[in-house]
Amino acid sequence: MLRNRVGRMAAGVLAGAMVTVGVAACGGDSTTATPAEGGSSAAAPTGAKVGLAYDIGGRGDQSFNDSAAAGLDKAKSELKLPDPRELTASPGETEAQKEERLRLLATSGYNPVVAVGFAYSGPVKKVAAEFPDVKFAIVDDAAATGPNISNLVFAEHEGSFLVGAAAALKSTKNNVGFVGGVQVPLIQKFEAGFAAGAKAVNKDITIQSKYLSQPPEFTGFNDPAKGKTVAEGMIDAGADVVYHAAGGSGSGVFEAAKAGKAQAIGVDADQALTADAAVKDVVMTSMLKKLDVAVYDFLKSFAAGTVKPGTTVYDLKVAGVDYSVTGGKVDDIKDKLEEYKQKIVSGEIKVPETTS
Amino acid sequence: MSPAAGGFLDRVSGRVKLTGWLSLAAPLLAILFAAVITAVVLLITGNAPFATFALMAEYGVQPRSLVLTLNFATTYYLAGLAVAIGFRMNLFNIGVDGQYRLAALLAAAVGGTVALPGPLLIVVVVLVGVLVGALWAGIVGLLKATRGVSEVISSIMLNAIATGVGAWLLTPALLAVPVAGSNNIGTRPIPESAHFPGFALIPGTTVKVFGFIVVAILMGIAYHVLLTRTVFGFDLRATGRSESAAVASGVNVKKMVLATMLISGAVAGMVGMPQLLGASYSYSLDFPAGLGFTGIAIALLGRNHPVGIAVGALLWSFLDNSSNILDLEGIPKEIVIIMQGTIVLSVIVAYELVHRYRMAAEQRRVSRELTGGTGGSGGAGGTATPEGAVSR
Repeated sequence: MLRNRVGRMAAGVLAGAMVTVGVAACGGDSTTATPAEGGSSAAAPTGAKVGLAYDIGGRGDQSFNDSAAAGLDKAKSELKLPDPRELTASPGETEAQKEERLRLLATSGYNPVVAVGFAYSGPVKKVAAEFPDVKFAIVDDAAATGPNISNLVFAEHEGSFLVGAAAALKSTKNNVGFVGGVQVPLIQKFEAGFAAGAKAVNKDITIQSKYLSQPPEFTGFNDPAKGKTVAEGMIDAGADVVYHAAGGSGSGVFEAAKAGKAQAIGVDADQALTADAAVKDVVMTSMLKKLDVAVYDFLKSFAAGTVKPGTTVYDLKVAGVDYSVTGGKVDDIKDKLEEYKQKIVSGEIKVPETTS
Repeated sequence: MSPAAGGFLDRVSGRVKLTGWLSLAAPLLAILFAAVITAVVLLITGNAPFATFALMAEYGVQPRSLVLTLNFATTYYLAGLAVAIGFRMNLFNIGVDGQYRLAALLAAAVGGTVALPGPLLIVVVVLVGVLVGALWAGIVGLLKATRGVSEVISSIMLNAIATGVGAWLLTPALLAVPVAGSNNIGTRPIPESAHFPGFALIPGTTVKVFGFIVVAILMGIAYHVLLTRTVFGFDLRATGRSESAAVASGVNVKKMVLATMLISGAVAGMVGMPQLLGASYSYSLDFPAGLGFTGIAIALLGRNHPVGIAVGALLWSFLDNSSNILDLEGIPKEIVIIMQGTIVLSVIVAYELVHRYRMAAEQRRVSRELTGGTGGSGGAGGTATPEGAVSR
């Protein structure tokens, strides 16, 4: 799931980047190229044949990749795109296979090509150079740069800061928990933001942090049983609000919170809506990482011929990350959260990206 | 058992050539069987089997795909060899996975920090990998030799420990450097002078075949020579056949266990090298994982024979690489995983059948000779036959 998450982030980033690219430089090119390549829909100027490469897990992971898929689906119906082609990474594959995947999409006439996940960084850079007329977007990575690469990245730490503050405001025991999926820099951004947010409210708060797996073991993103055990441990040790950044393992965290009469904070999507009905009510808020928005924006700008290359950061300022209010459980502290949000947007609070 | 059947089996087992043909037929039949199963699955899921296979073949023989197939096969071959060495002595080294990952990580770290002239650095990197792999596997051998700990248990647990140690080492505080703007982290890249040169072996593509393929071939030859031309190899095979017999003939089994695990681990330490020195030049979060388990499947597929493992590695790699085209055409690429699994299972089943067939034939032959050719005596039942008669 970590990979998925990463991938999702990457996809979002990519989409944003593509948008950016189009605007800046090659928008006109892409617009004209698209109808030509997507033969079936040549009549419609927006009929781009979208190629999307997911990270491991692919569509249906209820997490990172699915969020990118949601953006694609929205673009498909609203922009009336022909059927996109979606490819998925296999566990244990090398960069050569990722590269081949992107190359297959580009040679088969798919344009734009969206890569979901930081693992596509090297491959996107290489393949984008080979296909200068194809627009590429990569989510969660800003390292792959090029005139036809859009990087869609998120300020996960900023969103996490707000839910960290929410957790501290809601905790009666002065003890909150963070469950990370896999211990990689990307998820550590969530942890750093969460801890900073909680400490901003209460300097002396106890923050328990734990990761479910460590690379190259990426099972922590899809191991609800382990998520439940770890969250149970935190609740037993006194935590009464637990935030997870663990993709599919989150359902286990919710179960533990329900059983332990604690509250939970969801991630990526508004999990008060997407979680199982039995545990929805423990989700007090969610840190929204709007991968779907990033992917949709990118595809929309591609259709409009306004894709621009380079990094688009989806941060608090542009509502690329946010906290959710579904269920009204944070209504009483909303003013305080909005205050923090303003301070982050204005730059008064600088949220750290790393824990150390 | 009727005398007629015994006669037939006798004829079969009496001909060495036929036995050899049988052991060649077994994998071929297994692949055919796997293809049939895959075709059935394809039909059930509403895809045309022959069109699918044709698609894979067409994509698989494109120059670029051929190069990728060779490159992956290089890695798979080394993983298969590492597992096979243990198998030949009845040691199941499940730990190849952890061994190669830890070895690749440390070798990459050394390659990225030590300043040495290119070729020398390559040698050092490979040596570090070999040493780390051997040491990590040596723990398993030591535990088995001194405490009798099952190598299956200890090596799989060491996989988990290797993952933990690797995650600890691959942090910015220790061996890793963050890549600007990326969510990836990895070891310092190995300088260009120490990149293992590749060959433009196949015309029509700019992608180069890993130079490490030569090393892999040499390793295969070394494996063959070690097993069939040295005293150590003889002892190893003897211990694998029958430990008690080996002890009786003066083999120090404990020493053999340790030595075999060390060698298996040393080869495992090379598994990550083609990728490290030929493609990625750094060990990062997305370094391929799970190659050790692929190696187990390939060793089984190749019957621990150096040529068999090569065929298995190439087949596996071909299937892996052609799966992308299936995805593009809307055919679920998981079909390839089904095919790989079926091939391994059917190879094992096919060989087991052939083995039992031969064993029964042998037993009947011996029993008939013992009863002076009268045939059909009750003694023909399999269990009473001495073990030696079954040897291949």
